[in-house]
Amino acid sequence: MIAMTSTHQIELAKKAGEHTHHFHGGLRLRHNKKISCRDPVEQPPLPKLLVVPLLQHAGDIAEPLVHVGDAVLKGQQIGQCQPCAAVHSPVSGIVDAIEERSMSHPSGQPGLCVLIRPDGREQWVKINPLDDWLDASPDKLIAHMQNCGLAGLGGAVFPTHAKMRDGRDRNTHTLILNGVECEPYISCDEMLMREQPDKIILGARILRRALGAERVIIAIEDQMGAVEKALTGSAEYAESENISVVKVPTIYPEGGERQLIQVLTGLEVPAGGRPSDLGLICQNVATAAAVADAVTEGRPLIERYVTVTGNGVSHPRNFRALFGTPVSHLVDQCGGYTDDVARLVVGGPMMGYPLDSDDAPVVKASNCLLALTHTDIAAPQPEMPCIRCGECARVCPAMLLPQQLQLQIKNELWEPAQAYGLSACIECGCCDYVCPSHIPLVDWFRFGKGELRKRVLENEATELARKRFESREARLLRIKQERAGKMARRKQMLKDKSTQQDRIRASIERAENKGRTKSHKHSNGTPDDT
Amino acid sequence: MLISVLIISALGVAFGLGLGWAALRFHVDSDPVVERIDALLPQTQCGQCGYPGCRPYAEAISTEEADINQCPPGGDAGIRALADLLGREPKPLNPENGEETSKTVVLIDESRCIGCTLCIQACPVDAIVGAAKLMHTVIASECTGCNLCLPPCPVDCIDIIEAEKRPPRWHRPRPQAVLDGV
Repeated sequence: MIAMTSTHQIELAKKAGEHTHHFHGGLRLRHNKKISCRDPVEQPPLPKLLVVPLLQHAGDIAEPLVHVGDAVLKGQQIGQCQPCAAVHSPVSGIVDAIEERSMSHPSGQPGLCVLIRPDGREQWVKINPLDDWLDASPDKLIAHMQNCGLAGLGGAVFPTHAKMRDGRDRNTHTLILNGVECEPYISCDEMLMREQPDKIILGARILRRALGAERVIIAIEDQMGAVEKALTGSAEYAESENISVVKVPTIYPEGGERQLIQVLTGLEVPAGGRPSDLGLICQNVATAAAVADAVTEGRPLIERYVTVTGNGVSHPRNFRALFGTPVSHLVDQCGGYTDDVARLVVGGPMMGYPLDSDDAPVVKASNCLLALTHTDIAAPQPEMPCIRCGECARVCPAMLLPQQLQLQIKNELWEPAQAYGLSACIECGCCDYVCPSHIPLVDWFRFGKGELRKRVLENEATELARKRFESREARLLRIKQERAGKMARRKQMLKDKSTQQDRIRASIERAENKGRTKSHKHSNGTPDDT
Repeated sequence: MLISVLIISALGVAFGLGLGWAALRFHVDSDPVVERIDALLPQTQCGQCGYPGCRPYAEAISTEEADINQCPPGGDAGIRALADLLGREPKPLNPENGEETSKTVVLIDESRCIGCTLCIQACPVDAIVGAAKLMHTVIASECTGCNLCLPPCPVDCIDIIEAEKRPPRWHRPRPQAVLDGV
């Protein structure tokens, strides 16, 4: 379903960032970000073993390119997946095993991981930066992003090259860099913007070039004073044109792509459509920094900023952690857990998912590791019947009717649920947060969305099976008819005496002719032989 | 008296011709009900219903030769959908046809395959590739799980496995409903 947008809407979209607008609903939440922003970001010491999952992006699992016992170099590609993002080794060392391990996936299920024992030499593979990126074609830039394993670092890990190709093909005029980190506790993007503003702006210029866009808007929260100063004060910013930093009011879930676009342009991205319908492409600031690394330094994506925070760790802070680093290793660097730690969550308190064990690795999607205490998660209140208060509909940023949807999903009425816009749910958790009956609405919506996707896939498979069955039947019928036709012709020929006589005569003639030409050739050939 | 007889006869002839013409003009090759029934069947082409494929079963249902509860892969949901379409009472799956199971696919143990091509001929959806005396393999994404390739295999090198449900094919399970029906 491709939604149509009018030229008027695109004109409005071009004015993105001139004024700020509002989106429906949302919540003002306590930030709790300061606790993890006190110390500068550091790289933790190398862990003893890195567990690098082969599924770190949205899409199919990558195929391993290495074998057990192989020596790998830092940055060497170890997993490939044609339409998705590549996977690289974060260290130099030896491949210890390729086996099923916990991979920090929301499912909690294990998946194929490459286990690498670092040799401590940190020897890089031969890197090939695109020094001439200013002259390189968008195709080349985008292909380079794919080879470097880039995926959206905001948390959805959608392969960057796929989004960029879509943007390039659809007349993108504005690139929006999303620095709005609206979920409580998470501060990795804020720290990145404070510490590496030049890299982000360089990345923005590269992304803009790959898209053929004119402008870049870097959206940050109005409470991020230090960030604005860092970005506008950077050398790269002074040299660049058409890059503006826009402050937007801090309302959760403003960091959502669709909500941010609505705040910047006043326009809604059509349901079932994409921001590129409006000529906009959103990328996370961390993705932009990774693009700068990949293009100007040739470094594939092997590390990211991670916030380790919450009341469950002694000294919350941010790290620049290699993918595959066990969560427990980072927690140790934070001074370990506090006594009353109860749960470990990947992501923020609103949208994050719990981890079963702290052996799970840091992956491309891990923006935050949140350790919650018993007081934080306080015994869940018993679920009560819906009282139809409508609070959930009031806060829903996608303007859905959560209570209605939940009833439909519970009764597995998939067509009405689809018609009521279940697919438009962004799973932000606002409805859960305000529900006075403590109904786990988002759990239902996640289940329902999964069911809808499953049904689409099943229908496709059914259609394919039908087509293949029908074409096979047609083929078998055709072969049968051809065979019958051949038999009939042969029978006819046998019956027809005169044609048979003709055929016999014709074959005798053919044989005689052959004999004649042979002897002719033979007599011609002899003089040559002597 | 004569006039009325003539008028009635004339009308009869006229309507008869009209109907005859309409029958030719609006002739449909296949019964549209068959299409609609076929659209509800899972297209596994497994033959558990006793017919050589989903479409023949759909034709049999439309002529009321077969009942609506003979399709194990479609399960209860399938029977309900058929009952809705045909305005009949849903009934439990006929145990003679088999049991409803979760989706499976088959896997050929390539080290044991002798390349006899018998399974290729048995596959109703052409989901097995291979050639005589060469290794065969199943295209898992196109396998419907009908298991028709199992009986002809002379070396029993085909196994039934669960269809992939792990990430990225995973999706969130149904939450525990504390207050079901509320």
